[in-house]
Amino acid sequence: MLLFSSLISGLAIGSMYGLLALGYHVTWAVSRTVNFALGSSMMLGAVFCYSLAVTFGWPILLAVPASLVLCVLYGLLVERVAVRPFRQRNSDAWLMATVAAGILVDNIVLFTFGKEPRGMPSALAEAPLMIFGAGVMPLQLVIPAVGIGIALAFWAASKYTGYGKAMLAVVQNARAAQLMGISVPAVIMFSYGLSALLAGVAGILIAPLYTVSSTMGFLFGVKAFAVAILGGMDNPWGVVAAGLIFGVIEAMVIALFGSSYTYILTFGLVIGLLVLRPHGLFGRAGVNKV
Amino acid sequence: MGFAPTSSRRQLFRSAALGGLALAAIAAFQPVQAQDTVKLGLVAALSGTSAVSGEAITRGLTIAMEEINAAGGILGGKKIALIRRDDESNPGKGVAAARELIFSEKVAAFFGGIDTPVSFAIVPLANQQKVPFMGVWAAGTGITRNKAEPNYVFRVSAMDVLVDKALIAHAKAKFSADQVGLMLINNPWGESNQVGLTAAAEEQGVKIVGIEKFEASDVDMVAQLTRLKQAGAKSLILVSNAAPAAQMIKSMDRMGWDVPVVSHWGISGGRFTELAGPTAEKVHFIQTYSFFGEQSPTGKKVLDALMAKYSDVKGPGDVIAPVGTANAYDAMHLLAKAIDKAGSTDGDAIRKALESLGSHQGLIKTYNPAFTATEHDALNEKDYVMVRFKGDQIVPID
Repeated sequence: MLLFSSLISGLAIGSMYGLLALGYHVTWAVSRTVNFALGSSMMLGAVFCYSLAVTFGWPILLAVPASLVLCVLYGLLVERVAVRPFRQRNSDAWLMATVAAGILVDNIVLFTFGKEPRGMPSALAEAPLMIFGAGVMPLQLVIPAVGIGIALAFWAASKYTGYGKAMLAVVQNARAAQLMGISVPAVIMFSYGLSALLAGVAGILIAPLYTVSSTMGFLFGVKAFAVAILGGMDNPWGVVAAGLIFGVIEAMVIALFGSSYTYILTFGLVIGLLVLRPHGLFGRAGVNKV
Repeated sequence: MGFAPTSSRRQLFRSAALGGLALAAIAAFQPVQAQDTVKLGLVAALSGTSAVSGEAITRGLTIAMEEINAAGGILGGKKIALIRRDDESNPGKGVAAARELIFSEKVAAFFGGIDTPVSFAIVPLANQQKVPFMGVWAAGTGITRNKAEPNYVFRVSAMDVLVDKALIAHAKAKFSADQVGLMLINNPWGESNQVGLTAAAEEQGVKIVGIEKFEASDVDMVAQLTRLKQAGAKSLILVSNAAPAAQMIKSMDRMGWDVPVVSHWGISGGRFTELAGPTAEKVHFIQTYSFFGEQSPTGKKVLDALMAKYSDVKGPGDVIAPVGTANAYDAMHLLAKAIDKAGSTDGDAIRKALESLGSHQGLIKTYNPAFTATEHDALNEKDYVMVRFKGDQIVPID
C-alpha cells in the first residue's frame, strides 16, 4: 500500500519533471541553448493561473489558457533579451543571462504576488479515491495522463506538421535548413515559446498538490535539468522517460529511507548513471566531424 | 568588424549611464546621518522563503519606534533610526551584516530574525564586541544560554526547550497520547527540537514511537506518516513552517488518517488554513501572542497602528506572523527604555540597564521584570498559549 501510493505520487511528480525536461530539450535541440531558469517559467504558469482564477475570479477554463499565453510571451521575451543577443555573438553568456532572468522574475513575483505561499484550490484535489487501500487524489492520476499525452502530441506534431518538420530540419542541419528557406531564428523563437508553454502546463498542474509561491519553481527546474541530462538532451522520449524514472525513484527513496536521503541518493544516482552512460540513459554519442 | 568600435562606445555610454543611475539611487537611499539619532540594527531574513518573518519583525519594530519617536525619542530627544540588513537565512551573510552594523554603522544594539542558525552565528560576535543583540523570533535554546560572561544576548521570544515541554504536555493532557510520533523539518531547527522533544517526552513518561524528517520542498509525506501510523503514534508533534506543514496535512487527508497534531509555532508564519484545507483547523499549536479576541489597550493601540500604516492589514487576520510582530514590538520598547536608562549608547551600560529595567507594561504581558542578570529570556512557558485556526483566525483552545 505504501509502495503503491509512492508509485502514484512518483509518477505524478515525475511527469512534471518530464514536461520541464522536454522544455529544456526543445530549445537545446534547435539552438544548443536552454533557458536555465525554466523553473521560473513553471512558477509563472502557476502564479498567473492563481492570480487570474482566485484573485480576479476568472473561470478556470479561461484562466488556464490565458496563463499559458502569458507563459509563451515570457518564453519569447527570454529568447529575445537573454539568449539571442549572446547567440548572435557566439557567446555562452546566455547561460548566465537566463539564470539572471530567472532570479529577476522570481524576485519580481516575490514583490508583486507576495511573500507567502498560496494554496490553489482544485476540484480534482479535494476528496481522495481509495485504490488498493491507498488514498489517491484524482489530480494525481490526471497529471501523468496529461504529461504523457503532451509528449505524444509533441512527437506527432514534430512528425506530421510543417512547423514540426521545420524544427526537425533545423535540429539536423541548421545551415541546410536555412538554405531551404526555413527561418532559423523563427524556429528558435518558437522553441522558446514552446518550452515556456510546457513549463507553464507543469506549473498549473502541480499547483493544487503543492503551494504557489515565487520560489516553487527553483528546485523543480534544477531536478528537471538533471533529468534532461540523464535522459539525453537530444532525445524527447528519453527525457520524458527519465522524468518518470527520477520521480518514481525519488518517491521510493522517501518511502524506504526517509526524505533526508533523497537528494544524496537521487543525485548520487544521476552522477553514477552519467559515469556509466555519459550521453544519458537514452542518448547517443554525437559524431564530432573534424 | 567595422561596427565594433561604435558598439563598444555605445556600450561604454550605456554602462556609464547605468553607473550614474546607480550612484543617484544610492545617494537617494542614504539615511540621514544626523547627530540626533540613535541607530538600532536588524539582521533578519528580508528575502527568500522566510521573508514574511522579516517583514513581520520590521512592522513590530517600526510601530514601536514611531511611538517612541513621536513621544520625544530617547536620551533627551534623540530619535531612533532602524537600519535593516538581509541575512537571506544564511549564517555567513548574517555575520557579515552584523559586522557591518557594528563596525561601520556603529549601531547601539541590534535585533535578530527567525533563523536559529543565523542567530547562533551572530552570538559570539555580539559578545566579543559588547553590542547588545536582542532576539525576537529564533527560539534555539543556546542563543541566550550561550555561557558567555558577561552575556550581551537577550530575547523576547519562545525558547525551544520550553516549547518542546509544552507541546508534549499538551499532547498528553489534551489527547491522552502516551505514544507520539515526531514530524520534523530537516534543518538545524528541527534538530534542536528533536533534542528538546526527546528529553521532554522522557521526563513526562511519553513514548516517542518514531522520528520522521521531511524537506521543505517535499510534496508527499505519506511514506513518513505511514511509518508513524504503523508504529502506533496516537498524536503527532510537528515542527515545521506553514508550507511543508500544509503538505503534511494534505498527505494525512489522502491517507484518511485522523490523528491529533500538536505543532510548534512555525505554521503561523503563512496562510496555513488556505494551504492545508479544512483539516488545518484541527491542529493545535503554540503562540506567544494573538491579536484575536479581547485585546488589552496596548493590543488595540498596536492593531490600530498596523491598520493605519499598512494598507494590507484590515483586521487581526491580516497581521502577518503575529508572534514576530508582537515580540518585536515589545523588544523595541524594552531596548529603548534600557538605552534611556543607561543614559548612553555604550553596550555595557545598555546590558546592565536591560538586566535591571524594572516593570514594563508591554503588549504580550507586563514584564516584571523582563530580564535579570541570569535570565535573558523575557518570556517563558507561562506566556505560551495553545491555539488553533478557525478560518484565518487564531483562537484559543478551550
